[in-house]
Amino acid sequence: MATSAHAVTDTELRTEAADFGMWIFLTTETLFFGVLFFGYLISRIHFSAVFAAASRHTDLLLGTLNTGVLLTSSLTMAFAAANAESARKRPASRLLAATAVLGVAFLAIKAFEYYVDYAHHLVPGIDFAFAAPHAVGAAAFFWWYFAMTGTHALHLLIGIVIVLVMVYRLHRATRTDASLSLQITGLYWHFVDVMWIFLYPCLYLVART
Amino acid sequence: MTTSAAEPIGTNYLTAGYTLKSWLTTQDHKRIAILYAMAITALFFIGGAAATVIRIQLATPAGNVVSAETYNKLFTMHGVIMVWFFLIPSIPATLGNFLVPLMIGAPDLAFPRLNLASWYLYVFGAIFTVGVLALGGVDTGWTFYTPFSTMFSSTHVIAVVAGVFIVGFSSILTGLNFIVTIHKMRAPGLHWFRLPLFVWAQYATSVILVLATPVLAMTLVLLALERVLKVGIFDPALGGDPLLFQHLFWFYSHPAVYIMVLPAMGVVSEIVACFARRPIFGYRTMAYAIIAIAMIGFMVWGHHMFVSGQSLYAGMVFSILSFLVAIPSAIKVFNWTATLYRGSISFEAPMLYALSFIGLFMLGGMSGLFLAALALDVHLTDTYFVVAHFHYIMVGGAVAAYLGGLHFWWPKITGRMYSDAWARFAAVLLFLGFNFTFFPQYLLGIAGMPRRYYEYPAEFHTLNVLSSAGAVILALGYLLPLLYLAWSLRHGPQAPRNPWHATGLEWQTHSPPLQENFEEPPTVDHDPYRYGVPEGAVRAKRHRHA
Repeated sequence: MATSAHAVTDTELRTEAADFGMWIFLTTETLFFGVLFFGYLISRIHFSAVFAAASRHTDLLLGTLNTGVLLTSSLTMAFAAANAESARKRPASRLLAATAVLGVAFLAIKAFEYYVDYAHHLVPGIDFAFAAPHAVGAAAFFWWYFAMTGTHALHLLIGIVIVLVMVYRLHRATRTDASLSLQITGLYWHFVDVMWIFLYPCLYLVART
Repeated sequence: MTTSAAEPIGTNYLTAGYTLKSWLTTQDHKRIAILYAMAITALFFIGGAAATVIRIQLATPAGNVVSAETYNKLFTMHGVIMVWFFLIPSIPATLGNFLVPLMIGAPDLAFPRLNLASWYLYVFGAIFTVGVLALGGVDTGWTFYTPFSTMFSSTHVIAVVAGVFIVGFSSILTGLNFIVTIHKMRAPGLHWFRLPLFVWAQYATSVILVLATPVLAMTLVLLALERVLKVGIFDPALGGDPLLFQHLFWFYSHPAVYIMVLPAMGVVSEIVACFARRPIFGYRTMAYAIIAIAMIGFMVWGHHMFVSGQSLYAGMVFSILSFLVAIPSAIKVFNWTATLYRGSISFEAPMLYALSFIGLFMLGGMSGLFLAALALDVHLTDTYFVVAHFHYIMVGGAVAAYLGGLHFWWPKITGRMYSDAWARFAAVLLFLGFNFTFFPQYLLGIAGMPRRYYEYPAEFHTLNVLSSAGAVILALGYLLPLLYLAWSLRHGPQAPRNPWHATGLEWQTHSPPLQENFEEPPTVDHDPYRYGVPEGAVRAKRHRHA
């Protein structure tokens, strides 16, 4: 590396390091979620028939709608990142704001869905009732349902906060520079999205063929 | 300073600021290392105090010093503090934090602010956990086994688990920081197979930290949720699976053993090469062995569960895999020994610690093979044999190496020399005290004394008295370095740049190092551990002349 461009290589190195750091963090996150998927798998092996029956009590319509919302938010995120990369500040920040709005929409729909579940007595540990022979297995299913979607929602909430911070930073920046790259924000956002893509079939589509 | 006419242009990291604020807001990896060192030393002595009471209790067969409940809380406190608040961060967060950037010729870690944040997380988790342990305590043992921890224990399980969860994130961030730093910030010319083995060890440790710790974190969350909501995750009565907890817990906690011992192996490699004045024997094999230990270490967790009701086939596979770890571990011991062979060995204090590591690690490792054998383990599980085994690895091994590293790099870190006579005395004392304390525990375990009991039959009395007597020597041994190292800070002679004539970039800069580490960013054009090479070259030249 040429010594004359010391400052340039420095920023380059910093971006590279941050990017790499985020990938490692996402590896950590994968193992974090991995525990939930593993526990879910063990329960499902124990209670395979009950899991199929219990899964039919999830709200397929709201779950599918939310899948659409989240996938769309990943699209706007990707476009926002592409715009930021080519220094188009205004469309970048608008798309980013749209991403945050879609994220909030997801959480709102999810909250409503939780309310519907609660009304149907499907919350283990708080208010749970299920047809007698399957009660234990169904409780296990709904327990994993809440643990997994809850962990996911928490991650999404953090993602929304990060996205809003980036919107603010885009607005304040006098010119587009490397520090405003949306690469890392995007990585995190897409990761949360990918987790949902695994959660959706595991929880909503068990026996809905 | 009369001795250093040609010395500092810039300020060194210690003189860069004297206020408390300059320390608590620092982003300098060297200062953060010092912050960590102070914090873990405090925690070490708290955990040690719990061990002291345990040994006093066990000096007599009748449990007549503390009650059974208090005894349970004491060994839990000892385990939780020593594992998560001392051993896991010990070498990586202190020596690793200080040395990794210096050894790779970088001005700092990749994410200095994150580094400081991880220290605050550590302190926050530590204060929280120690507070809870002191105020109410927990009686589950450091393993938090379910369903006792979720359904039956009436102690402060959730609070302690929360503290461990927090400190887990401190480890993850440190690991992440090291991985990125070692990948991206090596000096020009310093390719992977020119890295000191210490850096390899930190790298492998970081990978384990990043991959294993999140599993523990989520498992502890599940434990807390089951305890609060009484839902069935681990409790079979509610449709949960009790083995699930043990699988998840040991998926973290077995690799955690390698988090403790791999950095120690890195330290020992540096010291042995330096004081034998020879390049480390089989450098590449050593590096591969480090990686192999880290990888195989992820596949052996089931050997903690031979009597827990996992299937016999699972037990057999885990047994065979556990034996496999012995291969790279033995490679390391053989290579250290081969490094010593025909070396010109000198026995300064760091070398004594390193040699005691090799001996004690070997004893601990060999007894590990006993425990990896399925049939024998049925007899030895949950006896003092297991206690002796892991203390040989973690205290005899990891703590000895930590102290060895501390003595080796002390002149670099503080710019002062300590009293070598006192340091040698302490090293020998610790070696003797350690064996005196823990060797009887092997015998107790073989005789069948179970761990975690607060009283025992009279037939075990003699060996327990020996062990408790040894613990007194051990305790003195641990207090000594505190005294003479503190003394050296004020009265020790100034340390030169390279008091041991060691290789490695960290010895090329000032003692203590400049704030920015190096005056000029260094470049590297040779392999590590070039001990004896200049002398050899000179000798060859003389031959040609003659």
